[in-house]
This record gives sequence, structure tokens and C-alpha cells, in this order.
Amino acid sequence: MSTIETGKVLTASLLAGGTVVFLARNGRWSDSVDEAAVALEPVAVEALERRGREAEAANVVTGAYLVEVERREGRVLPVHIRERIRVLGPSVRPDLALRVEPALAEL
Amino acid sequence: MYRYDQFDHQFVVERVDQFRDQTLRRLNGDLSEDEFKPLRLMNGLYLQLHAYMLRIAIPYGTLSSRQMLRLADIAERYDRGYGHFTTRQNIQFNWIALEDAPDILADLASVEMHAIQTSGNCIRNVTTDHWAGAAADELADPRPVAELLRQWSSLHPEFSFLPRKFKIAVTGSPHDRAAVRVHDIGLRLHLNEAGEKGWEVVVGGGLGRTPMLGVTLREFLPEAELLGYLEAVMRVYNLIGRRDNKYKARIKIMVHEMGMEAFRAEVEAEYARQPKPSTGVDGAELERIAAYFAPPAFEKLPRWSADYRAHRAKDPAFARWSKSNVAAHACDGYAIVDISLKPEGGIPGDATAQQMRAVADLAQRYSFDEVRVSHHQNLVLPHVRQDDLYAVWQRLKAEGLDAANIGQAGDIISCPGLDYCSLATARSIPVAQAISRRFADLNRQADIGPLRINISGCINACGHHHVGHIGILGLEKKGVEFYQITIGGSSANEASIGTILGPGFSGDEVPDAIETIVNTYLALRQEGETFLDACRRVGSEPFKEALYATRH
Repeated sequence: MSTIETGKVLTASLLAGGTVVFLARNGRWSDSVDEAAVALEPVAVEALERRGREAEAANVVTGAYLVEVERREGRVLPVHIRERIRVLGPSVRPDLALRVEPALAEL
Repeated sequence: MYRYDQFDHQFVVERVDQFRDQTLRRLNGDLSEDEFKPLRLMNGLYLQLHAYMLRIAIPYGTLSSRQMLRLADIAERYDRGYGHFTTRQNIQFNWIALEDAPDILADLASVEMHAIQTSGNCIRNVTTDHWAGAAADELADPRPVAELLRQWSSLHPEFSFLPRKFKIAVTGSPHDRAAVRVHDIGLRLHLNEAGEKGWEVVVGGGLGRTPMLGVTLREFLPEAELLGYLEAVMRVYNLIGRRDNKYKARIKIMVHEMGMEAFRAEVEAEYARQPKPSTGVDGAELERIAAYFAPPAFEKLPRWSADYRAHRAKDPAFARWSKSNVAAHACDGYAIVDISLKPEGGIPGDATAQQMRAVADLAQRYSFDEVRVSHHQNLVLPHVRQDDLYAVWQRLKAEGLDAANIGQAGDIISCPGLDYCSLATARSIPVAQAISRRFADLNRQADIGPLRINISGCINACGHHHVGHIGILGLEKKGVEFYQITIGGSSANEASIGTILGPGFSGDEVPDAIETIVNTYLALRQEGETFLDACRRVGSEPFKEALYATRH
């Protein structure tokens, strides 16, 4: 039986390239939300926010903010449709999709 | 076409160098994001949902083949192989890297293009009739005046920090194809009995969250007075326009709050004051500009081409395309070709690099090297010999650019919506695609007749939904997209803002709702009556009844 966890991940845009990234569990920035560190507790959320400010100050990323997500069987998906589209790529260009699953139709 | 002079060249190149330096300073941390953001926006570079987006100005929608080829190169080299033509006759690239932006601007400068004033609270790209200089019904080509306004408004020190953005449209035809009544300033050409030119000055129109039709301040302003008078309008707006609330900062709100007579009195007083006597249009300068827009060397041809007629008789698909996508040209033996960027199920306004190259090639071979971008997000070959129409169509067909639907149900205006735009509240492109598929039958589209369906993915109304015959506005509630439908809008001569029919629909329900509206029209229309005329005759009730009577 699968369990669903809800929490927050930190996202931003790479400063030089502009593409969407997430702060990963290994402390690096990843283009895969599945690799994102999911903060379940307020303390962890604060830590993510701090990392975002540091990365912005270091000119690695810009526009860092927290996104509400659900984690189900190791897969992470934002709750809000705007963030889902940001994670998956334009729903009208599956050829440019950043992640194949879940089906874009499920947005 | 207008060509840069030495000053223009030098200025644009210097601007690229300046932005290159600013970008390097941002990348190495000398500039913070807060410091850099207004600088990149001044050069058309936004940070959107997935990446940086570069909005490039196409003054009054006119492009040469060389410029179109450069856009294709940019699409391929720096983006993901395509671009999006917008309702301001511009192009946007969706996947730009900040570190590439200075090189892209340098590439653009080499073909006399830039992205200046495509963002910010300044006078934006001046738009006009996409058939300018070609249309059979035109009084005069509006582009010399549009170019004059471009030069006047570019980096105008007094008007670079207005209360809010400012959009100007110009038309030289009695049939408004430039939507002048829904612009901050709309200019409409008239000729007096002596054949002299004068401009009707319409002020205070706009869409967005508070749609309004502009009011006529002057019925017939002599051309020589144009800049001086517009400066008076701008100055009054700059001084009185609200800066405390961005949602009330557009000139339309000010005109509405003051009342037209009070506003006109302010403008006339400011104009009479004439603080700067040099703001009149210099006749010699306007003539110099106008020379760039002199008609090309048209051949002397019979009014109608026998060859064109024969091909239409022989090939029904060509005949159908000719009927919807070919318009009357001012010059005998020529025609205007509208290239639809709305294939069945396609993304409105998108074109691949290959398609851009094909259009550039067609323009070079068959249209005196000219391409236009329409605010309907289509392209235009303005000067094609009727004898060449069949060859042009065959090439368009080979490139997937032969959709025969101009001005019909499939020719949908759509903003990028939530698929790309960080301001959007809902997706608009998938809704456009679903409607396009629903009305794919070209015979049915032809039977329905002229129909403008416009879709915006948020209240900012980049998809001009208020002036769609059928308008669709995408909104969001608790994370779920829904769509509000209006009918009866128009941006043409008798402009009108659409009426909301009732509660919204889910995205999946929209095609059915549109079909119900269209079927209601088909059932009640009188002989020769268009959708818009029928809406105006019967009002919105029959449509509401049909849409909502069986719901709930």
C-alpha cells in the first residue's frame, strides 16, 4: 500500500540558463523534482529557505521559492497545476516534456 | 521598408554592448537580481515559467526576408526550434539562456532589429494594419506615421517612465484591422474633401482587467500636428495618471475617472500651451521616412489572372484556400496572402525555424521581400502576383502552412497561457487546440462564416478575449482551471466588449459550449447574417438559454 507524504521542495531558476531546478537531497541543484529534498517539518522548511537565499546570493540561481508537493512511491509531484506544468514542461509540447510521467493528461 | 540610418545602427549596437556588460555583471554578481531585472526587461528579457523569454519588437509587424531568416536562425541556435508570434505583432522565444541573450541581441542588431521597449512602462511596439500598403480599401499606407511614432517614442526621455505601459495602433483604412478603439491611443486616417490627410485620435481604449473602448478626442487632426498633439496627450497622462495602484494606472482609467470632456479640456490646454514649438511633424522628415515605404515596382498586369482562375477551377483545395486566405490588393493582378499559423490542433502563432525559412523564401521570390505579422498571430505575404498564387500555395502546403481558415472558427487567437507564462491563471493553448479540432471541417467553418474566437489565460487579456466574437477567459479556483465565456466582442469598426454569458466551464466542457453557441447562431441567423451581427440583433439571452437551460 502506497503512502502519500506532503511537504515542500525548494525550486528556482538557474541564473545563467534560466531553466527550472530543485534543491536535491545531495545538496546540489537538479532538474528532476524526484531528486528534490522534501521538507516535512517547519525546521526543514526553514533550512530550505536558507539554502535558497544562499544560492541566490552566490549567483547560482534566481527566484527561489517553496512549492507544496506530494511524494508517492518515490515520485514527487507539486500540488498546484502551475507548479506541475513548471515541473513537467508545457503540456502542449510533450516532445519538450521534462518528465514523461505522470501523463500530461492527468494534470 | 524602413532602413536604419547610421545613428540607428550605432545606437542599437551600443545598446547591445551595454546589455552585454550588464549581463556579465549580473552573472558575476556585481548586480543583484533586483538591480538587473529592470535592465533585462528594458531589453525584452522576461523570466517566465520554464526559462527566460525574449520578446523581440517587429515594428508595425513588417519584416524582410533577411530578418525572418535571422529569427529562424535564433530559433534553432538559441531556442528549441520555434518561435511564437504575438498579438502585438512581435515574436517571443521561450527557452532563452541569459548568457546567450547579448549574442542574440547582437544577431538582431545585424538585421536592424532589437527588443527595446517590448516591456516596461513605456510606449510599446506601434502596431498597424497587417495589410498596410497593400489593401485595396486603404486610403494611405499608415506605416510612415507608425515609423515616425516609433522614432519619436523610442527612448523618449519624458515618456520612458509612464504610470503604466502604453500601446499605440494606427490604421490607414476605413475598415479597422488594427483594433484602434482598444488601444491607449488609436489613430485612424481620414481624408477631407480637398484630399488632405487628417488623423482621428482615439484615446483611452484597452483590454486587461478593465476593458474599455477609446473615445475620440479629435475627429480630424492635420498630420503636421500629430506629434505635438500626442505629446500633449502623453504629458497629461504622465502628470495625472495614477501611480499608486498599477491596476488603475492605464490611461483608460484616467479618461474614465475624469470624464471625456474634462480629459479633452486638459489635453487641449496642454496642446495650446506648446511648451516646445518643435514638436510638429517635420514635412521633409516624414517624406524621407515615407520614401522607405514607397510601393514596390509592381508590374502592369490585368486586374484578374486567367491562370489563377484556372487553378481555382481545377483544384478545390486551392479554391477553398483562395477564398479564405487571399485578399484584394490595391494593384491589378496582385493579391494579399494570409498565411494561417493555426493548423488543425496546432498552437496558435507558433512557427518552426523551417517554416520561418520557407516564408522568408516565399517572400523573397514572390512578395518583394516582405512579410507581415498580424495581431491575429498569422503571417502575411502582402504583394503576390495572382499568377504566382498556386505556386505559393503548393509550397505552403508542403510546409504545413496551408490552413484555409483565416477569420473563421479555426483561426483562434490564443496567448501562451499557463503552459509558458508565469502570470497566467489557466492554460489557453489546449483549449484553442480542442476547439480547433472540433471545428476542423473546413466546409463547416465556411458555412459558419466569419467568427473570431479569442482566448486569454488570465485577466491581463493578451489573447484579446474581450473583443472576440466569442471570448474565452481562463481562470483558476482552488487549483482548478475554469473558463468564462463572452460573446459579442469586436475590435473592428463598430468595436464592442463581449458580454459574459454566465458561470464558467471546465476546460473539457469548453468545446461543447462553443459548439452550442455556434449551433444556436446557425439556428437563428437570418440570410447572410454573421455571428456578430446575429449577437447584436438578438442579444445574449438565446445563447445563455441554450448553454445553461439543461445544466444542473
